[in-house]
Amino acid sequence: MIHVKNLKKSFGTNEVLKDINAVIKPREVVVVIGPSGSGKSTFLRCLNLLETITGGNVTIEGTDITDKKTDINKVRTEVGMVFQQFNLFPHKTVMENIMLAPMRVRKLSNEEARSKGLDLLRKVGLEEKASAYPESLSGGQKQRVAIARALAMEPKIMLFDEPTSALDPEMVGEVLEVMKQLAKEGMTMVVVTHEMGFAREVGDRVLFMDGGYIVEENEPKELFENPQQERTKSFLSKVL
Amino acid sequence: MDFRLDILVEYIPFFLKGTLLTIGLSIAGIIIGTVLGLLIGLGKMMRNKPIAFLFNCYITFFRGTPLFVQILLIHFGVVPMLIGHTNGIVASIIALSLIAGAYIAEIFRAGIQSIDKGQMEASRSLGMNHVQSMKDVILPQAFKRMIPPLGNEFIVLIKESSLAAIVATPELMYYGRALASQYYRVWEPYLTAALIYLVLTTSLSFLLNRLERRLATE
Repeated sequence: MIHVKNLKKSFGTNEVLKDINAVIKPREVVVVIGPSGSGKSTFLRCLNLLETITGGNVTIEGTDITDKKTDINKVRTEVGMVFQQFNLFPHKTVMENIMLAPMRVRKLSNEEARSKGLDLLRKVGLEEKASAYPESLSGGQKQRVAIARALAMEPKIMLFDEPTSALDPEMVGEVLEVMKQLAKEGMTMVVVTHEMGFAREVGDRVLFMDGGYIVEENEPKELFENPQQERTKSFLSKVL
Repeated sequence: MDFRLDILVEYIPFFLKGTLLTIGLSIAGIIIGTVLGLLIGLGKMMRNKPIAFLFNCYITFFRGTPLFVQILLIHFGVVPMLIGHTNGIVASIIALSLIAGAYIAEIFRAGIQSIDKGQMEASRSLGMNHVQSMKDVILPQAFKRMIPPLGNEFIVLIKESSLAAIVATPELMYYGRALASQYYRVWEPYLTAALIYLVLTTSLSFLLNRLERRLATE
């Protein structure tokens, strides 16, 4: 579903991703962990071209997104993204946040978009907040709306960029719960997170990144209990 | 100090006419200047360096030279060059719009750039293109933040329209000066003009305050 080959990304002279190779299969939940500055968020942002790629290829469902002829807007409709800072549109209600892109991009009618929005809000448990503005929501609620907003485009892949890092501890659970549900339904997911419990419980595979490389990858149980690389061991000893 | 009400009464029709033209000049300057300002502001933010440089030159020139000089240049130079003769009202509107455009361009740019870049990223990540994202996500939020500085600029514009009097545009200050020189009086014409300007500017700021409060409750 996603093929990443020799991916490189530099900001000026600072090379953040040095040589990333990865394959993400359909219905797979891949969790990316690693110390801050290891390039894991940049890696995720390269997968929908929020960062311009310096070298290498990323192929999503057979489409090379680094090809200049590729319509990136079209690719992005298939790849949903959830941000650490939620990035809800503050001038729009919860429902309008969800309806905007389906109406503008998928050309749904107001009624279609609204009924889909209601379904999604029910799914994340926030139907009573449909007409609220984002500022009146808690962090956990905001993030659940952000997930519903991304799902409204019916993406084939969902990217999560540290979705619980900006939340108060007591709200982490409600967001992870929604993500677990998604994983159970078979959504292909790439999740950058510090939630080792989530990685262990939900992840099919864990990638450990450090210094712009994928240092080690394995099934969660193997990687957490029997890490092969020194750097993986020292990182896990600090976070577990 | 005596205050001659009789000459003021005589000039009431002129002050009225002048005030109407002052309002007209200001509204024209505000509308044309806002449209110009949006275009120039977007132009200055373009990635194409030579084009952005041209818009930057425009802003530098019109913000960096006095309106007094610009009005004279446009009235005696630019307008005659274009249409063969000159017209005070046309020249004043052009000058006011051009200078307002320069200031408003910077207000637009600051407003747009003050919106967190996560907003654009979220919108683009949903598959919306740059223009859709600007229109539906960035500009509505930026506009709200632009109201206070835009209000300042509009008020400055009302006051600066008084400079149109120097090219014989029959607006408020033109009649003020006419009254002053006809009767050799100072207080009556200029205090009256000041009062009328004050009414215009406070009414405008009242309206803008209400607009801001209405948008804030959203």
